[in-house]
Amino acid sequence: MVLTIPTEFWFTGIEPALRRHLKGFIQSGPMPEPPSHRLPEPDRPWMMRTYAGHSDARRSNELYRKNLEKGQTGLSIAFDLPTQTGYDPDHELAKGEVGKVGVSIAHKGDMETLLDGIPLDQMNTSMTINATAAWLLALYIVAAENQDPPAPEDKLQGTTQNDILKEYLSRGTYAFPPGPSMRLIADTIAYTVEHVPKWNPINICSYHLQEAGATPVQEIAFTMSNAIAVLDAVKQRVPQELMGSVFGRISFFVNAGVRFIEEHAKLRAMAILWDELGRERYGVEDEKHRRLRYGVQVNSLGLTEAQPENNVYRIALEALAVTLGRNVRARAIQLPAWNEALGLPRPWDQQWSLRLQQILAYETDLLEYPDIFEGSKVMDGLVSELLEGAREEMHRVAELGGAVEAVDYMKAALVESHRRRWQRIESGDQIAVGMNKFTSTEPSPLTAGADGGILVVDPEVEAERTHAVQQWRAERDQAAVDAALSQLAEIAQNDSENIMPATIAAARAGATTGEWAQTLREVFGEYRAPTGVGEAVAVGNEDLAEVREEVERISEALGRRLKFLVGKPGLDGHSNGAEQIAVRARDAGMDVVYEGIRLTPSQIATSAAQEGVHVIGLSILSGSHRELIPAVMDALREAGAEDVPVVVGGIIPEADAASLREAGVAAVYTPKDWNLNGMMRDIISLVAERHGVQSAVGA
Amino acid sequence: MIRARVGNGRELGRRLRDRDLTAASAALNLIESRASDDREQARALLAEVSPAALGGEAPAHIVGVTGPPGVGKSSLLSRLVGRWRSQQRSVAVLAVDPSSRRSGGSLLGDRARIETDPKDREVFIRSTAAGTRLGGLAPATRAAAEALAAAFDVVVIETVGVGQSETEIADAADTVAVVLQPASGDVLQFLKAGIMEVPDVLVLTKTDLGADAVRTMADLRAALLALGASDTEVCAVSSVPPARGIIELADALEAHRRRLDLPERRRRARRRHALESFAVEHGERGLRALGGRVQAERWLSDQDPDLAVPDLERALVERAGGGG
Repeated sequence: MVLTIPTEFWFTGIEPALRRHLKGFIQSGPMPEPPSHRLPEPDRPWMMRTYAGHSDARRSNELYRKNLEKGQTGLSIAFDLPTQTGYDPDHELAKGEVGKVGVSIAHKGDMETLLDGIPLDQMNTSMTINATAAWLLALYIVAAENQDPPAPEDKLQGTTQNDILKEYLSRGTYAFPPGPSMRLIADTIAYTVEHVPKWNPINICSYHLQEAGATPVQEIAFTMSNAIAVLDAVKQRVPQELMGSVFGRISFFVNAGVRFIEEHAKLRAMAILWDELGRERYGVEDEKHRRLRYGVQVNSLGLTEAQPENNVYRIALEALAVTLGRNVRARAIQLPAWNEALGLPRPWDQQWSLRLQQILAYETDLLEYPDIFEGSKVMDGLVSELLEGAREEMHRVAELGGAVEAVDYMKAALVESHRRRWQRIESGDQIAVGMNKFTSTEPSPLTAGADGGILVVDPEVEAERTHAVQQWRAERDQAAVDAALSQLAEIAQNDSENIMPATIAAARAGATTGEWAQTLREVFGEYRAPTGVGEAVAVGNEDLAEVREEVERISEALGRRLKFLVGKPGLDGHSNGAEQIAVRARDAGMDVVYEGIRLTPSQIATSAAQEGVHVIGLSILSGSHRELIPAVMDALREAGAEDVPVVVGGIIPEADAASLREAGVAAVYTPKDWNLNGMMRDIISLVAERHGVQSAVGA
Repeated sequence: MIRARVGNGRELGRRLRDRDLTAASAALNLIESRASDDREQARALLAEVSPAALGGEAPAHIVGVTGPPGVGKSSLLSRLVGRWRSQQRSVAVLAVDPSSRRSGGSLLGDRARIETDPKDREVFIRSTAAGTRLGGLAPATRAAAEALAAAFDVVVIETVGVGQSETEIADAADTVAVVLQPASGDVLQFLKAGIMEVPDVLVLTKTDLGADAVRTMADLRAALLALGASDTEVCAVSSVPPARGIIELADALEAHRRRLDLPERRRRARRRHALESFAVEHGERGLRALGGRVQAERWLSDQDPDLAVPDLERALVERAGGGG
């Protein structure tokens, strides 16, 4: 006989002594003890998702329904960059980005279409949304209440990523300065704990730190420090008795690289630290609330463009890191596709990744055993090694005043780690099969198709979306929207108010993503995150010394030091590549103008003209190069800097590379060009050639 | 070829004199260049914008803005530039970056943090590396400021540091503003100990921080009083919205300029600049040939006060015995 006690009663209603007694009673019940090396029953599989969404709500809704048919058990919504950064499809900064890396959602009507036919009281939805998380959550709540039958907010399950610090550190889709951003996070947590109790209001991300080059120790330490900053902020805004539930609602979004043993140890170390934090810093008594809960997307940084089929193996091994040990197994998994370094994955590519999860869960015996690492000396040793390093690093961040104050420090540390990683690959100390070793290959049939093995977003989407949002604005009750937005502005100015109710009201009234964000930008101001490049340590090796000499020689001949502008046009915040180029160019002796992310073509052209640079490098990973690069070339002409040669780097399919070269781009680099010194040589000889100076190096 | 498009220095100098702002970038390309024919052209350029050619001192207000890293100079400049633009004044900013490395290369990221409208053709920002000289201005920055002062209404020289570079920036700018943030105890000590010269204007940023700011403000006033510099303006500003104190700061800078004997300050700046360039080129031996720094400066003050720096420098070379 199983004793059933309502959960809320169990945790709060019973006298502690009685609870201990009951617990003992249940444990000493009549259930026979199972053998310790088998579970009485296999575990239920983790939640399986695919990070998906593109173009508009209608097309993405079709995709979601198909994915659910294939056995996916939760949704993971990818939003496009304008939605993530708070711009409508018709905004200048949205140009080239609409519907590219995710779906464009501008108002409640879009959200309703996106989730049409998917009952939200039963679905578990993860939304990769940060700066505008409060807004997208509001749209989700409103779309749910408008479903037939309505799904009330206390039934909704899912996650908003809502982690702004890692946006400053790595991903780049921030909108507001740190202070107000932390308030938005705290407000969504405070609101959901009370009204949407099954929602995970924040997913603190270690994922992007690893993508930015973090070592396991940095990944653990910076993530935990980030969590502390969030919890400290929430503490000011919720009553102390709710802190246990708050702590219990905080989940993580982690990464797993191909060194899967150490990666597993990393998760065990995180679980220990999290439990410790709950107990010691926040006085969380319930052990269940202190358990590390996380979702995962495995590593993309290590996926190669060369011999891309090998990525399937990498992804499978990385998935082991987060599933092997039961004590820290992932709650939800989404896997990247084999072709991510080539372009956007197609539905078939994503299906292939989903099948991997299903084989792991349903064909293997993984879910039949208790934790297989318990008692392992190797695992325990690795864990304590990581813990020691992480504690030390957390202490450093704390000394700087916590994660918000230490953004500069952490960013610089990540850029530095990434630089070291890159250097190891270049020197061959770190092997990437098919890329810097075992490179001879048969042609891959996977990329031989007419589409080149990737998804191409219909170029008409941007115009369609622009028209649609303008029509939406024309047809709604404008007075209601104006009233809701001015109420929102008023609440935003008053730090003691929670922003969520006014945000939900604006969503109901029909305001747009851009209007919500603009209202808050006016109150909170805008922000540029640190680039982290200034502090990176200079490298020295023979090969670079040679490049450096050539820079000196060319600079002498030019009369001025070779000056190089590294620019990131558009909304794409993935700046890791651009940062590494900037640091290497500096180490090669160039004067490098690097202004960080999110520049308009005219900003780049103005900088190039005023700074008198000799060459320009542009980096785009969001797939918007076809629109943005020609726009930069036009702007350069307008600014009178059309003579300055331009090189481009990013995830750029070969067909696009050809048309970019036709448009006047001097060279195109993709992930297979991993040799940075080689790139520097190209750039030097390009400048030499344009200025009629003899160059001794050359590609 | 880009080099050919640079045109000759004289032409660029004339364009600047005619307040053609589009000549600024090419003019600085020349001024920064160490190639010998470029240097000849730069000399011609500077002669075209000398007081002799202009019929008086260049009209711009040259403002030096300096302070330790992280005190909010860029945010402050964003607001100040906005203020000047609202008065229809054109602005050039010369941002001198201290991050010079062994490799010789540098990362210049300052312009990003100064928010401006990229389509506004009357704002010009140029970043330069401080180069190998310790804590000071980029070698070409003084010349750049002199040239741009003919074309723009305001020329800002932004440097990083406190304690060493003020003297040098004071020789290049009409008005020097030192920027501090609350709880800058070390700077206060520098001031009191006389390590740092009293600037023309002191700016306290981040006054939204409250109690700390009020205390620092009081400490600053007390220190200035003790130094007998009670007429030095102390401006409290906050650059985060809603920005505060920016108009007052712009007015204080302007007021300093009106109080100033501008021709005298500029002449002194040119003399020091010429002497500095001479010393870099000809070293201690060159200075000895002039009878030492003090003698040389005295001699320079007897020369035509309206000459451009390269011409003053040439005069020094001739006096030192035509050698080099």
